[in-house]
Amino acid sequence: MKTLLNSGQLNITLQRLAHQLVENHLSFNNTVIIGIQPRGILLSDRIVKMVKKISGNQQLEYGRLDITFYRDDVASRDILVPNETNIPFSIEGKNVVLIDDVLHTGRTIRAAMDALLDFGRPRKVELMVLVDRRFSRELPVQPDYSGHTVDTILTQKVVVFWNEKDGKDEVILIDKV
Amino acid sequence: MTLSVKHLLGIKELNLQDIEQIFQTADNFKKVLQRPIKKVPTLRDTTVANIFFENSTRTRLSFELAEKRLGADVVNFAASNSSVSKGETLIDTVNNILAMKVDMVVMRHSASGAPWFLAQHIDASIINAGDGINEHPTQALLDAFSMRERIGELKGKRITIIGDIMHSRVALSNIYCLAKLGAEVTVTGPPTLIPRHIASLGVKVEYNVKKALEWCDVANVLRIQLERQHKPLFSTLREYALYYGVNKQMLDSIKKKIVIMHPGPINRGVEINSDVADSNQSIILDQVENGVAIRMAVIYLLSGKREME
Repeated sequence: MKTLLNSGQLNITLQRLAHQLVENHLSFNNTVIIGIQPRGILLSDRIVKMVKKISGNQQLEYGRLDITFYRDDVASRDILVPNETNIPFSIEGKNVVLIDDVLHTGRTIRAAMDALLDFGRPRKVELMVLVDRRFSRELPVQPDYSGHTVDTILTQKVVVFWNEKDGKDEVILIDKV
Repeated sequence: MTLSVKHLLGIKELNLQDIEQIFQTADNFKKVLQRPIKKVPTLRDTTVANIFFENSTRTRLSFELAEKRLGADVVNFAASNSSVSKGETLIDTVNNILAMKVDMVVMRHSASGAPWFLAQHIDASIINAGDGINEHPTQALLDAFSMRERIGELKGKRITIIGDIMHSRVALSNIYCLAKLGAEVTVTGPPTLIPRHIASLGVKVEYNVKKALEWCDVANVLRIQLERQHKPLFSTLREYALYYGVNKQMLDSIKKKIVIMHPGPINRGVEINSDVADSNQSIILDQVENGVAIRMAVIYLLSGKREME
């Protein structure tokens, strides 16, 4: 086990991601943020809070997307009980920032984009991840905003802990047996 | 997280956790059904056969829509225009369908227990869409789901089931389901249509419909199943309507506003009057709407077990 980011480092990284988002978008009139269930929303909750603070509490549309029904491995693994999808606004013609905690094979993001397109046709979709596991992609998906890049092998796993849910802020790399 | 069963044969075999899991999943599918694009690609590699040895409008349509909205391929089979009329056995019929690479079977059959029999002989998951006078699990699930939507958690709530309890698979599945969810159940109707030992399932029996209605929060009114009654069990439909039919006058004489349900098809003017069926106390069309979401949830939750065997 190895710590990739401790609590202080994680906070700095999150601040940077939030600032980059504001820098690229300035106004959030035409930009919406969508967190991917279940673990991505812990990151997007934080980012949304920070973005609001940085940009002076402007109105920001924020939704949550569950991709369970869009997975490409439904038949080959244990059935997952879905989480809530809540997108209480139209994404038609908007810039959508998808947020997830760890980018690994790219399959989750593929599913998320399919799910997203069933809600409308966004003008542009961007991807923000906290940890980018480079060199492990199975689909051509790359992040627009990445908090931390790490080279890993398949038997390893990146776990992100959040204070709200797990009682601590930390990102670790573990070797699966 | 998966269901504790491989097939959905009856509510009797489910546990509370299974039911909660189906409801939670159905909540999500209900949201999908309210979107402009009412479809997800979840089961695009699954083929489902709907095998109906008995007539059905609502259930077959509801299953077919549920399957299509999950992205599954669907084949429909009605016994009336098939080789069953040439004398083919149930197992042969189903095995021939499965040989064409079908993954899941939804079956309605007039013989009670037919899906249990089939489950012993085939590998595919089976969903019981009604067997004789035994069970109709998806109807009970959508009934309880609709009740919960209207009056909240069912624990401690009072449900009256009115009418042809004897020949109703909806009644039996409802009784099992409501008991597992902690609701109290009373059955009411003419004594000839209430099975003698029904109280052993933990339900109360009340022969006075008005009293039973005054007692309850929700009344589930059942259809008189004349096609299953081989000897006369009440004198005329008019007499039945007079003593056991639910009408507006009766509901208005009760102090509280109870919720009215009916699994359909309705015999208007017999077990329920139009002024009740079409009133704002009735959630009959909500039941139909929820039926698709519940069936999507059941099919989805049963679909994952295939490669685990």
